[in-house]
Amino acid sequence: MPEPLITIEGLYKVFGSKPDSVMPMVHEGRSKDDILAETGHTLGLKDINLTINKGEIFVIMGLSGSGKSTLIRHFNRLIDPTEGVIKVEDTDVMKLPPKELEHFRRHKMSMVFQRFGLMPHRTVLENVGYGLSIQGQSKAVWSAKAKEWLETVGLAGYEAQYPAQLSGGQQQRVGLARALCTDAEILLMDEAFSALDPLIRSEMQDQLIELQDTLHKTIIFITHDLDEALRIGDRIAILKDGEMVQQGTPDEILLNPANDYVEAFVKDVNRARALTVETVMKPPSRRITADTIGEALIQMKAIKGDYGYYVNDDGYQGVVTQDTLEACCDDASTSQEMDDTVWEDLPSISPDAMLESVIPETLDADYSLPVVDEEGNLKGELSKSNLAEVLGGADKKTEERI
Amino acid sequence: MAESSWLTKFPQMDRVDLLEIRKGLDSAYREFSREYGEVIESLFDPLLTFLVWFEKLLLTTPWFIVIVAVAGLVYLVSRSWKLSLGVVVSFLAIGYFGMWDNTMRTLSIITVCTLMAIGLGIPIGIVMARSDKARSVITPMLDIMQTMPAFVYLIPVVMLLGIGKIPGVIAVIIYAIPPVIRLTNLGIRLVDSEVMEAATAYGANPTQRLFGVQLPLAMPTIMAGINQTIMMALSMVVIASMIGVKGLGQPVLKSITNQYFTLGLFNGLAIVALAIIFDRVSQAYAKRTQRHMQGIENA
Repeated sequence: MPEPLITIEGLYKVFGSKPDSVMPMVHEGRSKDDILAETGHTLGLKDINLTINKGEIFVIMGLSGSGKSTLIRHFNRLIDPTEGVIKVEDTDVMKLPPKELEHFRRHKMSMVFQRFGLMPHRTVLENVGYGLSIQGQSKAVWSAKAKEWLETVGLAGYEAQYPAQLSGGQQQRVGLARALCTDAEILLMDEAFSALDPLIRSEMQDQLIELQDTLHKTIIFITHDLDEALRIGDRIAILKDGEMVQQGTPDEILLNPANDYVEAFVKDVNRARALTVETVMKPPSRRITADTIGEALIQMKAIKGDYGYYVNDDGYQGVVTQDTLEACCDDASTSQEMDDTVWEDLPSISPDAMLESVIPETLDADYSLPVVDEEGNLKGELSKSNLAEVLGGADKKTEERI
Repeated sequence: MAESSWLTKFPQMDRVDLLEIRKGLDSAYREFSREYGEVIESLFDPLLTFLVWFEKLLLTTPWFIVIVAVAGLVYLVSRSWKLSLGVVVSFLAIGYFGMWDNTMRTLSIITVCTLMAIGLGIPIGIVMARSDKARSVITPMLDIMQTMPAFVYLIPVVMLLGIGKIPGVIAVIIYAIPPVIRLTNLGIRLVDSEVMEAATAYGANPTQRLFGVQLPLAMPTIMAGINQTIMMALSMVVIASMIGVKGLGQPVLKSITNQYFTLGLFNGLAIVALAIIFDRVSQAYAKRTQRHMQGIENA
């Protein structure tokens, strides 16, 4: 049961000299361009409502100018909203006086920045320990902890270096270690991997996912890259011109885009890398559970196909074809029990596997592949045409529109 | 043709009125300085005592000790043998050409002026960086200080405090302080906004941000300002000597009025030597403390 940690209700942000004076216009539903032309104020965020659960990676995604970086700065009030409520557990962040806000920032949230935001005049170790040293911890305490986290992110031995002496990827690892070092429950990541080259970026994504498996932080991740969002996000919110366009799990967004804008995004996504087998497989229709060949033949006729997946008490065993069953019938009785001479081996695939990883097997096999979970239960099947439909789906839709 | 005269001649204020204004302002200021001059002067007494003490210290200490001390200080700050050796050589030359005492006087007043300019200028620069309002007030004042001919603000200072070291120091500071204020402000404003955001996001309070992030990162720019301040203070030495500041400026002034070219040249060169030493030392120090900015090649 997901436990809500952060809630944002009716959040508006207007940039300009007198934001409050513009709010009535905003509530009337006037457009961003109208407001800009008439008052010179920019509507940054419009009626944002979010609930972020404990322990999930929540991705906020949008193109530049969509307000995503503005939004993430509201969580720790680097930017104050014009209107709206931000709650973390039961604290209303908006009502915190300066001292308590400092305390909140020190202990509750930490942040990773796009261009790293490291302090060039401090060594790597001092940077990682910055959050703790700000809290007033002694050097012995923060340096020991900083050392541990540097090791975790794979930068042991770099303690005495300065940030300028590290590569971009290494610098962001320092940024990540700095964020983790304060043990804050919530991690804000503002386009944390966008400045890195693709190879390093996917390495960092893997590292983040790996860390999250053990740490279970609540991570709010900003990105403009849908592939990245789909890869690491448990849930995704899509922002456009300061408005929330769609919220949902990666699969929901990929398979049911809310409007043309999201669809245009989704079009370019490498679905093979974003979707799991489970989301595209067909329900299992070729289950053969019979104990004898005769019963199996009857089941085979019922499924209207010339092969089926044989499942017994020990789970999935292999594929049986009509031809083999009939051949067995000829030279023996139909009451002969099913054994491993009847079924052929056919590799099964896991429901959690990415489509990309099962493409070769699916194409090689003569039959649709059975999807079998860890306990051996038959969950579904994945055929070549199935695969083609999903992976080619985006193109088909665009063609229709043209 | 009285009607058309304003076309050819600027319609100026009545001569009598203008005279009245001048007289009024002058006498008001004179009144003020007569009334408060002594009080204000006494405020500066501790500074004067310190100035006299410092000058005496430099003058009474045997020359070789001064040279060793200065060279040692230069080495400590810059960690460069070459620079320290250059200091020794130029000081020996200055002494050999008979300018030792004047150089010591100038050295003492410049040191005090520079320290005061830095001590006042950096806090003012910080205030200016923190508030746009403060900046909009201070910037025009700095413009005035930098463009107003030095002689003009020497007049009220002399009227108030008379001739001597203190008015000299004030004049030098007024002239030399703008760069350090401006560049402190600029340096702080140029600190990477993301680094500042990071500090805020981790819960740093304003003091922690100032001393932990802004000042250290603004240091290269502030050092450039300090460097300029020192240079301007040195160039002010000659003008300050007009109001009785002893040192290398006085022989220069004497050689202008008497057309002693060589005397002027020697003392001028001594000022240049001091300027170069101050400049190289402050720059070497800045470079040494900013090594981490330069990346891998210096690791």
